[in-house]
Amino acid sequence: MPKPKKSVVNFRGGIHPAGHKRTAECATVDMPPPELVTIPMQQHIGAACQPMVKPGETVYLGQRVGDTDAFVAAPIHASVSGTVKKIGELMLPSGQRTQTVVIESDGLMTPHPKVVPHTISTPDELAGHARRSGLVGFGGAGFPAHVKLRPVPGKPIDTIIINAAECEPFITSDYRECMENTFDVLNGINLLIDVLKPGRVAIALEDNKPKATELFGALLLAQKYSGGNIDVTAMKTRYPQGAEKMICYTVTGRIIPAGALPADVGCMIVNVSTVGFLYRYVQTGMPLISKRITLDGSAVKSPCNVRVPIGTSVREVVEFCGGYRETPKKLLSGGPMMGMALTDDSFPILKQSNAILAFNDADAAPRPIKPCFRCGQCVKVCPMRIMPTMVSHDYDAKNIEGLKRAGITACMECGSCAYSCPANRPLVQYIRMSKELIKKS
Amino acid sequence: MSDTKQLLVVHSSPHFHSSRSTSNVMLDVIIALIPALAVSVWLFGPRALIVTLICASVCVVAEYITRRILKRDNAIGDLSAVVTGLLLGFNLPPSIPFWMAGVGALVAIVVVKQMFGGLGFNFVNPALIGRIALIVSFPKEMSAFTAPFAWHGSADAVTSATPLGILNEGSGEALPSLADLFLGRHGGSLGETCALALLIGGIYLVVRRVISPVIPLCYICTTVFITTLFGQNPLVQLLSGGLILGAVFMATDYVTSPVTFSGKIIFAFGCGVLTAVIRLWGSMPEGVSFSIIIMNILVPYIERATQPVPFGVKREKEKRK
Repeated sequence: MPKPKKSVVNFRGGIHPAGHKRTAECATVDMPPPELVTIPMQQHIGAACQPMVKPGETVYLGQRVGDTDAFVAAPIHASVSGTVKKIGELMLPSGQRTQTVVIESDGLMTPHPKVVPHTISTPDELAGHARRSGLVGFGGAGFPAHVKLRPVPGKPIDTIIINAAECEPFITSDYRECMENTFDVLNGINLLIDVLKPGRVAIALEDNKPKATELFGALLLAQKYSGGNIDVTAMKTRYPQGAEKMICYTVTGRIIPAGALPADVGCMIVNVSTVGFLYRYVQTGMPLISKRITLDGSAVKSPCNVRVPIGTSVREVVEFCGGYRETPKKLLSGGPMMGMALTDDSFPILKQSNAILAFNDADAAPRPIKPCFRCGQCVKVCPMRIMPTMVSHDYDAKNIEGLKRAGITACMECGSCAYSCPANRPLVQYIRMSKELIKKS
Repeated sequence: MSDTKQLLVVHSSPHFHSSRSTSNVMLDVIIALIPALAVSVWLFGPRALIVTLICASVCVVAEYITRRILKRDNAIGDLSAVVTGLLLGFNLPPSIPFWMAGVGALVAIVVVKQMFGGLGFNFVNPALIGRIALIVSFPKEMSAFTAPFAWHGSADAVTSATPLGILNEGSGEALPSLADLFLGRHGGSLGETCALALLIGGIYLVVRRVISPVIPLCYICTTVFITTLFGQNPLVQLLSGGLILGAVFMATDYVTSPVTFSGKIIFAFGCGVLTAVIRLWGSMPEGVSFSIIIMNILVPYIERATQPVPFGVKREKEKRK
């Protein structure tokens, strides 16, 4: 058995929240198409898409229903076949409003005739197809994947990091991709190697996933994939190991400068589910219309992993999986560290959703905010080495110089500081508000 | 589920929290002080316990009343007033009149802590200012130290000089043996004498990750090193006076010490140098309280000077290259 590579360096700071990965061994269940899907036109960072269909129109599975000319965007596809019922509006958890295409399913899931396999041989084709597939980064932010995959002139990529860290508590959807779609992932990696010709591909996992590490190791050894420059790197289990800057540093020892991208240090970081999807897209031509999500939390009856058509409401997903154990008091899209709280369970599953967590009264109870007594825990755990201690004072005093000095523009809002704060101070919220303040000044 | 619409809690991430809270951090400090308190009762009798309890209860009551008057919410549940009270008690001679202990507690909580904004806003250590106020106001009572085990015998407390007092006066009186110093069998403030008990408390705090060992180690090493350089016995310097109490429990006070790692080193080094200088050349036998207070005042400057550079940001020097 090949030994996984050990990461050479470790980022400073970080936290060890309880894993709660009780769905790790729950094989993915496919959810049948719901009667109605609500597909928002904004499921990525960047420009919103415009609906391309009208009410009454018949649409097919995988048909493009929304797109835009803007570069930083990803088109949106029908996740069921059926009839467009209406063009609606929806408020996203960020407070942004967006148009939606509401499709009534005919239950047949008839694919669109244009859904055909593709071949990819050049970097431009890769980026072009990544855009056409509607692919967005699966880390939670939903950055359009084609932007990441498109090589930047003058910035050659020598290392591709396959991010399977999955450092957020509860979520196991990427782990299930590793275990269930191992060959898709490996074939996807081969595709990237053929097109981008990197010197090294590192499959990076946290060391709390030994089964996946072993599986990849054994397969790589047996199959001798593409010249053997693929390795499996086991990283220390520590949040936020999966953050771009952290994983890049842990795997390669390279520090992405503030404000720069991984490409600036010759790295490309791709989520493991993204790679698996890319391969399936090439094989079938079916764009991103469904998503594997982890359903868990104290208010859920039976935690599980489920593949859901995009646009299905959270309520229907929960009902399909056995319903609520008790009345949920907090609903999250994403993990507990960086996920967004939903206002109600009619909200649809988005492309970048990787988990739905429902918590009961006890878990959702707000913690009283107390004065900071400068214990320095936030400074100790901050992986970006910024000082959150003074942020709330400086924000209240509108001390923009002080906020800049504290380095908060580098903050990626991982939440380690607020997680550790004994006084329960909403540090991330203060940092977000302060960033806005700096932007306005 | 449409009834959930109004009921869901929505707020900014993260939605997960460690189990640590202000009150359980303070509770850990209180637990860490218990061995030293127990030893002081063994050495100086129930009076030591009564003095400490008076300080603690006056602190809590004063905190409650002051916050009521200042229209702030009740904060005695965070236990920080108890910690201040216990630490003040530890810094007083066992024979101090009870009312004086109460005055010290009032100064600590009302003047130093609440008038500056409460927990987190006081810029110097409240317990130390309480003690200093008493030294300045009642020098005689504050330097009358009961001999250990005197409470077993006659009703009149026998006073005994502290080891550092003996060294300071150069009276030639015999110093207690090292074992007596380590176990606390000598005169002194009621909580400072037993090095063993204080170290147990310190180790507990380090193990529980309440304090980092940087400040105590750096502080103690600096003082011992400098005094040794000038001809003092290192072990006597280490085990006498309030050095261990100050280094473990007072200099590590979160509110009044730097949050950065290098800041902690500078802060502790400064405390160590000042303590050594006062011990060697000052008119007072001991200088832990004053050293810590002086360094407390410098904390904002130390912190600003040692602010870390964010990950991926180049230092000014490197930029110019």
